Amino acid sequence: MRATGGREAAVGDVLLSAENVSLSFGGVKAVSDVSFDIRKGEIRAIIGPNGAGKTSMLNVINGFYHPQQGRITFKGETRANMRPHEAAYGGIARTFQNVALFRGMTALDNIMAGRTLKMHSSFFWQLLRYGPAMREEVEHRHRVEEIIDFLKIQEIRRVPVGRLPYGLQKRVELGRALAMEPELLLLDEPMAGMNLEEKEDMSRFVLDVNDHYGTTIALIEHDMGVVMDLSDRVVVLDHGIKIADGTPDEVKHNQMVIDAYLGVAH
Amino acid sequence: MDLLYKIFLDPFVQMGTAPDLLVQTLWEGLVAGVLYSLIALGFVLIFKASGVFNFAQGIMVVFAALTLVGLHEHGVPAFVALALTIGVMFCLAFAVERLILRPLVNQPDIILFMATFGLTYFLIGFGELIFGGETKVMIADQLLLPRGAIDVKMAGGFVSLQKIDIAAAIIASIMVATLAIFFQRTRIGRALRAVADSHRAALSVGISLEQIWVIVWFAAGLVALTTGIMWGARSDVSFALEVIALKALPVLILGGLTSIPGAIVGGLIIGVGEKLGEFYWGPLMGSGIESWFAYVIALIFLLFRPQGLFGERIIERI
Amino acid sequence: MLYREAGQFKTNYAADLAVFPILQDRIGLTIILFVAAVIIPLFGSSFLIQAVMIPFLIFALAAIGLNLLTGYTGLLSLGTGAFMGVGAYACYKLTTYFPDVNVLIWIVASGFFSAAVGVLFGLPSLRIKGFYLAVATLAAQFFLSWCFIRLPWFYNYNASGAIEVPTRTLFGIPITGATATDTTRYFVVLCFVVVMTWFASNLVHGRIGRMWMAVRDMDLAADLIGIRLLQTKLLAFATSSFYCGVAGALLVFLWYGGAEPAVFDVNLSFFILFMVIIGGLGSLTGSFFGAALIFILPIALRYFPPKLGIPVHPATVEHIQFMVIGALIILFLIAEPAGLARLWQIGKQKLRVWPFPY
Repeated sequence: MRATGGREAAVGDVLLSAENVSLSFGGVKAVSDVSFDIRKGEIRAIIGPNGAGKTSMLNVINGFYHPQQGRITFKGETRANMRPHEAAYGGIARTFQNVALFRGMTALDNIMAGRTLKMHSSFFWQLLRYGPAMREEVEHRHRVEEIIDFLKIQEIRRVPVGRLPYGLQKRVELGRALAMEPELLLLDEPMAGMNLEEKEDMSRFVLDVNDHYGTTIALIEHDMGVVMDLSDRVVVLDHGIKIADGTPDEVKHNQMVIDAYLGVAH
Repeated sequence: MDLLYKIFLDPFVQMGTAPDLLVQTLWEGLVAGVLYSLIALGFVLIFKASGVFNFAQGIMVVFAALTLVGLHEHGVPAFVALALTIGVMFCLAFAVERLILRPLVNQPDIILFMATFGLTYFLIGFGELIFGGETKVMIADQLLLPRGAIDVKMAGGFVSLQKIDIAAAIIASIMVATLAIFFQRTRIGRALRAVADSHRAALSVGISLEQIWVIVWFAAGLVALTTGIMWGARSDVSFALEVIALKALPVLILGGLTSIPGAIVGGLIIGVGEKLGEFYWGPLMGSGIESWFAYVIALIFLLFRPQGLFGERIIERI
Repeated sequence: MLYREAGQFKTNYAADLAVFPILQDRIGLTIILFVAAVIIPLFGSSFLIQAVMIPFLIFALAAIGLNLLTGYTGLLSLGTGAFMGVGAYACYKLTTYFPDVNVLIWIVASGFFSAAVGVLFGLPSLRIKGFYLAVATLAAQFFLSWCFIRLPWFYNYNASGAIEVPTRTLFGIPITGATATDTTRYFVVLCFVVVMTWFASNLVHGRIGRMWMAVRDMDLAADLIGIRLLQTKLLAFATSSFYCGVAGALLVFLWYGGAEPAVFDVNLSFFILFMVIIGGLGSLTGSFFGAALIFILPIALRYFPPKLGIPVHPATVEHIQFMVIGALIILFLIAEPAGLARLWQIGKQKLRVWPFPY
């Protein structure tokens, strides 16, 4: 259960709302007429059996897929077709199911790459690696080191990420997303493939990010225990349709949700 | 204004006023196209079956032709030389599989692509070392290929069709049909397609990668030999042929890398387009535009349809 | 024992961000620069300078250019020769029209021309990737090669189709043309290469290098973290072509003294690519290693067998050279795809713990 008290009060207005979103690939309908919202400061879980359209939904929010119908309203602005880097500049960051790190670079460089949208020094100073370029580099290095400390990955700073074990890769990827200082953080199965201790660590990180930075978080997750413990509200998808939306308790006792997971045919 | 007329009006007027020339040019374009298709076919074979883009296909054409002619020069009768050359191409396929493909299994495609650059330069040096760099004449007569031309009266004038070109078109068609059937209908063909999709998955169902690769490179070698003979019969055999092979790349772009019919259609389009461009627009721009014209056609195509006419759409998932 | 970092602590981020944080590296670099700037001009033979050092430096510069595009940004380009040609011919035309302006300025300007052409032919990279992009660059290569041969304006309507470099001076000392000494030309080339290598190093260690490498490693993810793909790719094309253009201008003005259009053909593109592959994709020092190997090899092949008493026909040398280079490419791709640069790093790693095995 989520700790109550001051935490609940921090959840504010609607930050992002998806309205009647439908997405198909060729003949396959990935998402059908799904609507839900995400409130500022909350942790929103998106759950459902495999193939329910959860990742597709995240990809739509990100601007990676463009829905055939429906729209996304983020921070009051409605966009039908957003490009991925516009989403980034707007304050949306995400992690991926199959860790999308830059394998040729070290962990430190990957996270520094996340700061790119905040670095503006000109080409000229970059050529000289002096003055504004160096100052900027050092300033952002400070912020990145804060994130590295927060995620406890100091020892592996200089290791090329391709060599890291899966759990650490996911942590570096979270670090890169955090480096963007997002308002909305989308996590696609952040606990996948982890053992119990790693899951506890990652859960703590997710909670800390939400508490400490106030970041709104939407996460896709299969581990029910994690979902129930971490999230404020839950959306349940099945075969591309929304079948439940509410607090973890409400959703847990919803018959349609139970049926979906048990595989009862509708 | 005058320039616009020159580009958009005059060439078509020229085409209209001398239709027999137009037909002649079209025919020559088709013939060149058939030969481009044959080269492209070799690429498609190897790519379809091993996922490797074999940049060395062009030099294999030259190498095959040179081996044939070289053997004949040393007194070997024509058809025996042909058989021996087929044997040589088999050995080449075997060597490539052993020394290049096997050590690089599971490496990303770009690495294999670059390895074929190395193979190309190696074969160029090796070929020149053994056979010498001078131009040679293809033993077309000894191989019983027809000579001479048929003059057809049509379109208000005469159109001259070289018999060797007709033979080339027929042989190419037979080859393409055989290969298409081979890929679609036989067990080995299916195995080849599986290997192209995923080395690991193919291995896990018991397909012997080594055998498949030798078969495929040997087939590509045969295609290369045929191309070498046909091309050499029309113009002589020299290392300049290898540059012709670079022409196959625009063909592949048009036709898609994985499609045999695509290689044919692409080849014909490029062949005809190039000849028409050279004949009717060439005088405007200066000679020799065929060195880049095909590439520009391909480039324009790429911008609108990156996977080619027949190729598979690349969908990137994340 | 020699190469120990123990005791070399960095106490602030600025120091940690240095390109050569280890003292031994800095000493090594200083020695190399000293040898290049002082020892070689003083003691090197004319042959060494003219036939080895000058072209080696020029090709290394071109290799750096291509490495920025292909090694760091992952955009395979087969048009390097053409971009070098654009630089060379731009410089030639500029100095023909404005002979009083210092030729060094024109060499730099020709880099910008080459960069512009590079951006133009790099535009398709937004929609096309990988092998297909390589084919697009081949289009650039063939088209530009044709231009150099067929458009007489490029070679000032000279009957032979070739260009010859006029004499130009700096502070009264001839640096191009028949009267320039090889030592003078060597210094000019050395300055260009050192400065531009320093710029390239600064770029790749900073924000721009990270952007390029992100595009190389996973461009979809790069897009999603806010890296603007088209601008980044075009910047790579522009910078890379600038380097190749300057290298081309240096090639013609400070080494050959003239050129035929055939110099900038597709074979040159492949040779530079081989330098980058063998030297190491994504490594600036690798560019130097690769240039050294590919360039020195034919010279060694031509020079040593006669010394050992084996008579070698010059044509045979070229054939063997092709065979050896082809075989080396394959060997490196099998054994060490990251090239000589990685072998060098492994060597340094061993030096760290020498004389212990690990």
